[in-house]
Parts: sequence; structure tokens; C-alpha cells
Amino acid sequence: MPTLFQQIQAGKVWDFHGGIHPPSRKERTNQKPVALLDIPDRLYIPLRQHIGVAGKVLVKVGDRVLKGQALTQAENAMAVPVHAPTSGMVLAIDLHTSTHPSSLAEPTLVLAPDGMDEWRPRKPLDPEQVDVYTLLERIQESGISGMGGAGFPTHIKVNVKQPVDYLIINAVECEPYITADDMLMQERASDIIAGIEILVKLLSPKAVLIGIEDDKPIAAASLKAAIGQKDNYFVREVPTKYPSGGEKQLIQLLTNKEVPAGRRPLDIGIVMQNVGTAFAIAQAVLDDIPLIHRVVTVAGETLAQQQNVLALIGTPISDLLNACGFQAEPQQRIIIGGPMMGFAIADWSVPVVKTTNCVLAPTENELGAASDEMDCIRCGACADACPASLLPQQLLWYSKAKDQDKLAEYNLSDCIECGACAYVCPSEIPLVHYYRVAKADIRETQREALKAEQAKARFDARTERLEREKQERLERNQQLAAQRVAQQQASGQATQSAAAVQQALERTQQQSGQSLDKEQIIAERERKKAEALAYQQQKQQAQIATPAEDQAPGTAEDPRKAAIAAALARAKAKKQAEAQPEAVEQTAPAEIAPDMDAKKAAVAAAIARAKAKKQAEAQPEAVEQPTPADTAVPEVDAKKAAVAAAIARAKAKKLAEAQPEAVEQSVPAEIAPPEVDAKKAAVAAAIARAKAKKLAEQAEAPLQTEAKATTERALPPERQEPATTPEQDAKKAAIAAAIARAKAKKQQNSEPL
Amino acid sequence: MSFKIASSPHQHIQKTTAQLMKLVALAAVPGIAVQAYFFGYGVLIQLLLAIITALLCEAAVLALRGKKVKAKLLDHSALVTALLLAVAIPSYAPWWLVVIGTAFAIIVVKQLYGGLGNNLFNPAMAAYVLLLVSFPLPMTSWLPAAPLQQQSLSPADAVCTIFTNFSCSGYSISQLRQDADGISMATPLDTLKTDLSQGYTTEESMKKPVFGWLSGEGWFWVNLAYLLGGLFLLQQKVIQWRIPVAVLGSLFGFSLIAWLLSPDTNASPLFQLFSGATMLAAFFIATDPVSASTTEKGRLIFGALIGGLAFVIRSYGGYPDAFAFAVMLANMTVPLIDYYTQPRTYGHKSKGAR
Repeated sequence: MPTLFQQIQAGKVWDFHGGIHPPSRKERTNQKPVALLDIPDRLYIPLRQHIGVAGKVLVKVGDRVLKGQALTQAENAMAVPVHAPTSGMVLAIDLHTSTHPSSLAEPTLVLAPDGMDEWRPRKPLDPEQVDVYTLLERIQESGISGMGGAGFPTHIKVNVKQPVDYLIINAVECEPYITADDMLMQERASDIIAGIEILVKLLSPKAVLIGIEDDKPIAAASLKAAIGQKDNYFVREVPTKYPSGGEKQLIQLLTNKEVPAGRRPLDIGIVMQNVGTAFAIAQAVLDDIPLIHRVVTVAGETLAQQQNVLALIGTPISDLLNACGFQAEPQQRIIIGGPMMGFAIADWSVPVVKTTNCVLAPTENELGAASDEMDCIRCGACADACPASLLPQQLLWYSKAKDQDKLAEYNLSDCIECGACAYVCPSEIPLVHYYRVAKADIRETQREALKAEQAKARFDARTERLEREKQERLERNQQLAAQRVAQQQASGQATQSAAAVQQALERTQQQSGQSLDKEQIIAERERKKAEALAYQQQKQQAQIATPAEDQAPGTAEDPRKAAIAAALARAKAKKQAEAQPEAVEQTAPAEIAPDMDAKKAAVAAAIARAKAKKQAEAQPEAVEQPTPADTAVPEVDAKKAAVAAAIARAKAKKLAEAQPEAVEQSVPAEIAPPEVDAKKAAVAAAIARAKAKKLAEQAEAPLQTEAKATTERALPPERQEPATTPEQDAKKAAIAAAIARAKAKKQQNSEPL
Repeated sequence: MSFKIASSPHQHIQKTTAQLMKLVALAAVPGIAVQAYFFGYGVLIQLLLAIITALLCEAAVLALRGKKVKAKLLDHSALVTALLLAVAIPSYAPWWLVVIGTAFAIIVVKQLYGGLGNNLFNPAMAAYVLLLVSFPLPMTSWLPAAPLQQQSLSPADAVCTIFTNFSCSGYSISQLRQDADGISMATPLDTLKTDLSQGYTTEESMKKPVFGWLSGEGWFWVNLAYLLGGLFLLQQKVIQWRIPVAVLGSLFGFSLIAWLLSPDTNASPLFQLFSGATMLAAFFIATDPVSASTTEKGRLIFGALIGGLAFVIRSYGGYPDAFAFAVMLANMTVPLIDYYTQPRTYGHKSKGAR
């Protein structure tokens, strides 16, 4: 059993499954020399003409560029530049309809040729003298990408790390009509071989296999002549059958190997290059001519002159057709590429690009338009024709059903869209179109799935981050708490309460380990409250003693003053009304009756008025009650006192609503000693303080306003006094002063709070 | 200037479904002619009846289904169905037989399953089975071949017999089938089956007049004509070789084994190949693309299954001819066969069992 290489050397050619034999119609163009066209008026040069990314634009609108000058610069491996096909001026860099089935607009440089066709300086290389990297760089800088169809950047494809067994040169050109490669081989065989030699230097393959269909005898003979006596160069003529020029099919034909699904030819030691690409490499390296033109077959029966032309990249299709005597017919189709895999264009201003090998302008008679699609009769002609051994009728069924699982099971992704199935289909079903739609749907589904996956990953990451941050906060808080404890202990200021708070804190931390901040704050607040309470009690005790001493020298022996105080006390006792209304009402009149005289009553009334006024600020309605009492003041009698008492009661009641506890604390003390003495006065003062404090709390007003209010409260009695009882001035003033003092003091006390 | 947009490929083989169907009909012409010569002009009347019924039924259902009636009628698939059923029915069978059968084939078997391309069963064969099961007597009342017939029948007789059950001379169908001795003559396959069941050897049975050279009188030529038509279809690439070869090969193989083992109780392989509907079934019926397997391996299996089943039913079943049943049974297995005979896709490893 001879080895594969021996079989190849012996000239064996294998076969692939399926395939079709459409009329080739190549004889129309393969015997005429490649024509040169006039330089067109405008060149539309898409910035990206290959698979990959566009380079950075190097020129700007208005620049004059020379022939062969790079218009873009490759900034990354997947980029290849484009070049000015002739000298001229950059008119615009704008969007222009692309030479692509989608017809999407793409960035395109518009060049206005100046007709001088002036070259930039050229620097030919000698492949024998330069290293591999220089060659690769030159190939990239010359803008070379696969010219067979896909347009993959050549410098990537030939920059390989793996060993290469076979370099296959694809000269099959199996599509009907197209003879661009055929003519190139007939005319420039030696250049092609020179390009292949450069590829050999880059790839070091075991053998070079040139695959060519047996309908191109002249081209094959030219190549053989150019090869001469070189070792391990084999020109292999394969039977004419579409699509033997497909990469996978040609590999199978020449080596009997299959590229495993989802892999590249390189994985089985094979690199394939198009014959046109080999020519472009030779031009780039040996003559420093970048990829600025290519041979294009212009064919179709609407043309007076069907031929191959050497077209500058960027030449509008309309120029090509018109140069060949185009006569449009109704429902005219213009096809870029061959009749099997080419795409129809709607707008003929699209330019020739690096992968444009053919422009077809057929008559309706020549290439009949698709007629109505009929039902699939499952004849299986498509399966017989399929070069990938797929079952197109099943794929059609599942494509229509949008059953992506089944499509995957039946290997839709291995469809090369050669169109053999649709060509043979007796029901004229556009099978390839169905598959393209299904493939697009699958890609969309995959994109969706990917997006969903990414969204989930994002969500998970976010959840994790939030959890992590929460943990970090918790740890930080614990550390801070520990630091505080340490600080307090270190400074020796750790009080009992602080220690207790700390303990409580630790307990809560142990219990929940959460909401530490909040609990800490609450505990802190509690502690402060407790401190404040203790402080306040201390103060109160101190004050109870102080006012009694203060008042003792000036007022102690005066029974009248005592009576006033008693009146005040009574009024305050009324505050208790809420809690014990009956008791107050029973005691108050009884107390008032025995000691009541005119002066005392007047003073009491004055005080009551003052207080009423103060209350009016808070509750306007209450004022209406005290007013009648004010007007009655001149008549000094028991009734007035009763009225005053009533007003006081009302006032007290209102106050009681706000803070009953404070009243309860002080009132029992008041009620207990019925005798009128200095002590009572002191108690009364204390009560007054408490009341004032309560008011302050209630209003939450700034202290200054409170102080002002207090002065005001003290003043009115003085103003009214002259009208009432002038002779009692000194005594009354003293009493008022005492009250004012007490109140002022009380405010001071409240300040630290 | 704006141009017309179309999806690739822009080139198309000029062979449509309608053309394929017309070629099938054309290829059947020699067989029909020979059949008309040996078994009477009735076959032409049956053909006419079947075609009219088929087109009417097809048009009616297509209209009901809201399809393009004219375009679909012109695919000629109904024509082929009608043709296959008409030639399978005895030439002088009453007119309603072929009408019922064709209507059933088109309406139920084809259109109710979704129309062309969606029917699981071969419409002509399903209709044949329906008629055979429902109306066994008229369905088996084949006249002997012309040389054996006692009365010569004119085209007028054919019309009379089909529409009135009596020839213009007043003979009933059973009278027409009688030989000189007044005994009804069955088809060769039927005769052989009956004789074998009565203890005759094959050789003894073969001496009867219904048998001619190699197979039944007249039947050999009919089969030969259909074989020629089939070869024409192969040459035109309307059908692929796998199914007919598998059908004939399998039938030949099984009958050869049986005949070698017991020549007295089994017909010879060549007799099997040139009797009854063998060639018609192998080239025209089993190759119906819609109801046959579509994979290369599957077609071989499908054909072999038909041949094998035909042999088994002919030899051991209750019916003298068997292709209708064999084809229907094989039709049922097609989805399974197709699933398990998917070809290995380029670049993929063989799927083992699959």
C-alpha cells in the first residue's frame, strides 16, 4: 500500500461526494487577453475589503496621493491597508454602498484620479536575501488578502507555527463564467510560480499541489512550463465538477483528507492559497506593487464585449459594464461573483474590491430568474448533489420548522452554501436562502444566549460584591468598636455606664452581628439620657435649696407673699386635674377662701394674666377666657380671685396635657403642707421651673426666644400694676423679681441639655 | 440604475417537478400499450377515468385548501398517481372502482396528509390496497391474455363492460374470463398459488395455458415493457438506480434461495421478476420520491424491504400479488430508515450505529 504522499506523487486524484455540472460558459472569455481599462473618473475604495478590521486612515480630504501609496495603516494583526490605485486627490472619506450582499454603507475613500498615474517610490525585495518577517511585513503592508472569495488576511494565513505538509494552490475556478484566474495563469504563469516560491519559503511544505480543472488546458500547460524541473511541485488536473474549487473539496480531491468539522486545513497540515493571491504576493515582493488592481471577468449576454479586464480596486461596477458595452434589459440582474455563489446588487455604483472576481450581467434567457417555489417532493436530488454529504431536504424541513436542535443534528453549520442543492432542486426551492436565514437565526439565538449568560454573570458578581461589601462593613465596625473600647480603657476614663454600654453592645453583636451602628447609636443616646437625667436631678436638688435661701431674706416673713405663692401653688395644683380633678377642686377653693384679700388676689390675678398671655402664644383660643378676667381686675374682690384661679386652672390643665409626670412629682409636695411659709414658696418656684422646662421642651424653640419670652412674661405684671394697686409696688416687684429670677435660672439649667 | 435582487444560486437546472412527472408518464407508455394489447382496451378507459377523477379531486381539494390550483395541478403529480392506479386495476373492472380508488388516493392519502411531498404512503398503492380489501372480486377479475380469450373484445366492448358490467354482446365479466371449457382463468400468479396449495408441483402447474414463456402469457411482455420504461427513467436520471436494483435484487435473491431449496414448491426467480406488477413496482411505484427513503443507504434498504416483503407475501400470504402491501409496509418504515441512514457529513466522524 503506497503512502499518501506516494499516491499524490503518482498523480492520483480522488473525488468528493455530490457536485453538479452546470454549463460553464467559460469559452466566452477565456481566449481573449485581459483588457486594460481607462482610469475611471472616480475610485471608491472601501477602507475594509477583507475579513478583519480596517486600518487607520493616513490621508485627509484634499490630499494628493500617489499610485500605490497606503491610504490606511494596519494597526493590528487583523488589519491590512488599502492603497491608492492611481495618483489623484482624496475627495471624500464617507459612507458608500458596499460591495456586499447586505449593500450596507461602509466607510469608503473617494479618489479623484489626476490621470498622471504617478507612482510612489518602490522598493522591490529579493526573497532570497530577506528574512521571513520582512516578507510577512511586506505582504501585510501590500494589503494582500485572500482573492478567492473570503478575503482572509494572507499574512496571518501564511504565518504558521505548525508544520505544513502541503501547500495547495487553488487554480480550480469551478464557478461557471469566471475565467479571471484562468487568464492570469495563461498570461502570468511565471509570476504566479514566483509567488508560490515565496509562499514555499514562508511555509516550507513537503509539496506544492496546484489544483486546476481539466477545462483549462492552456493554463495548466503554462503553469507546468513555468514550474520547469522544480521538485515537489505538482499540477493536478481535477475533473470539471462544481464545487471542486471549494477549499474542503479541493483538499479532498488532492489529498483524500477531510478537514475535521470546526477545524482549519492547517490542523491537518494543509495551507491553501488562491492562484490570484500568489500572483499578488509576487507583485508585492518582487515589484513592490501593492494590491491595487485585479483581473475581473465581465460576462453576460447583455454585454457586447464579454472579457476579462484588469480593473483598479475601487472602479465602480457601472464603469466596468459600460466599458464592455452593457445594454440593460427589463428586470436586469447584476451579479458580483459567479452564478452559483455570487450575489445580486441593486446599485451599480458599488466598486470592485479585492475579492471581486466576476461581474455578471446575464439576460433573462441566459440565467432564468427563479420561478415559483413548489413543494418538496423529497426526491433527494439535493442530497445526491451535496458536496458536504448533508441531507438538504431534511435541513429544509427543519429550517422551515425553525428546529435549531435538529438543524444542529443534521449539521447545518457544515453547509458551504455552494448552491448545488438549489441548482438541482426540481421544485425550485431556494434551499441556500433557507439555510442562510436559519444560520442567521441560530447566530442570533447564540448571541442572545451569550448575552443572557453575561447578564447572569453580572448579576452574580453584583450579588457577590454586595455581600462582600456588607461583610467588610461588618468587620470594620467590629474593629472600630474594639478600638473604642481599647481607647477608653487606655485613657482610664471608662465609666461604669460606658462599660455597661460596651457590654450591651457586645451582647447585641453576638446576638445579631448586624445593625451595629444603629444599636450603638441607641445605646449611646440612652447613656447620654441617663447622664442628663442624673445631672438634672442633682441640679434640681441644689436649686430647691438655693431659691429658698435667696427668697428668705426679702420675702420669708411676709404673709402676703406667701399667700401669692400659695395662689401660684394652687394654680399649679390644678394641673393635676387630669389625674385627680376632684381632689384639686375640693382643696383649691378651701385654700383660697381663708387668706383671700384684695391685694393678694390682685397680684395673683396679675401673675395669672401674665401666664395666660404666654399661653396665648401657643394657643390663641385660651386667651379669650383670660381676657374677661383682665378687664375685671380693678374690682378687687373674692370673685376676681376665683376667676384668676379658674384661669390658672385652665392653664395648668393645658400644661398637664403635655407633661403630666413633672406635675405629679411636684404637686403632692405642694398639697401636703397647707401652711403658708417660705418652704412653700420654694416648692412653688421649683414647680415653676419644672413647668418652664417642660414648655421649653415642648416648643423646642431656640433658647434666646425662650429667654425673651420669659422677660416678657415677667414684664406685663409690672406694667399693669400701677393701674391696680400702686402702694404695693415694692413688694410686688420683689415677688415678680423672684419669679423672674427663678425662671431665668431654670433656663440656664436647661442650657446644658 | 436599480437592479433586481435575487438569492444565489442564480442558475438553475431546467428540470422541474412537472417535467419529471411527465417523463414518468412517458416512460409508462410502452407498458400501457402492451397491457392494452394483451388485456384489452379497458386499460385506456380506466386511465381516462382515473385521470379525470384525479384532476377533479385535486383541483377541488386545492381550492378548498386555498392553494394555487393551476400551478399545483400542472406539477402533474396527480396524473402520475392516476396512471399508476389505472394500470394496476383489472382492465374491465367496473368504472366506480377506479373512481373510488383515485378519489381516495388523491383526497385522503395525498391531500389530507398535506399535499404533494407530505404523504407517508404511496397514494396509488394505498388506494389499490383499499380497493383490494373492500372489493376483492372485481379487483382480481383479470381477463386472460388476448390469445387465450374466447371472445375478441373491441373498444366498444371495453366501454360497455366497464360501465354496464356486460360486453356489447352481453357477456358478463366472469363469462369473459372463461376458457374453452367454461372454467374461469385466473392470473398466472393466482393459478400457481392455488395449484401449489392443492399439492401440484410448480412444474405441473406451469403446464397450464395461462403460463407462457418464462412467466404468464402476456405478463412477461408487460413486465418487459415496464422494464424498458424504467431503464429510460434511469437514463434520464429521473430515478436513481438504488431502489429498483434493490427491489429486483432482493426479490430475485429470496426467490432464488427458495427455488434452490425447493424447486417444486417455489416459482423460479425469473418467473418472479417477470410476473404480476414486479417491474411496474420496481421502477414506477417504489421510486415515488415522496414516500420512499431519501438517503443512499436508505434507498437500498427500502428497496430490499419491498422485494423481500413481496416475495414473502406472494409465497406465503393470502394475496397472489403483493407489491401494494409490500410498498405500503415499506413506506411506514421510511422515517426510521432515513433517520438511521444519515450519511456521514464531510469532516465528521461516522456516527456509529447511525
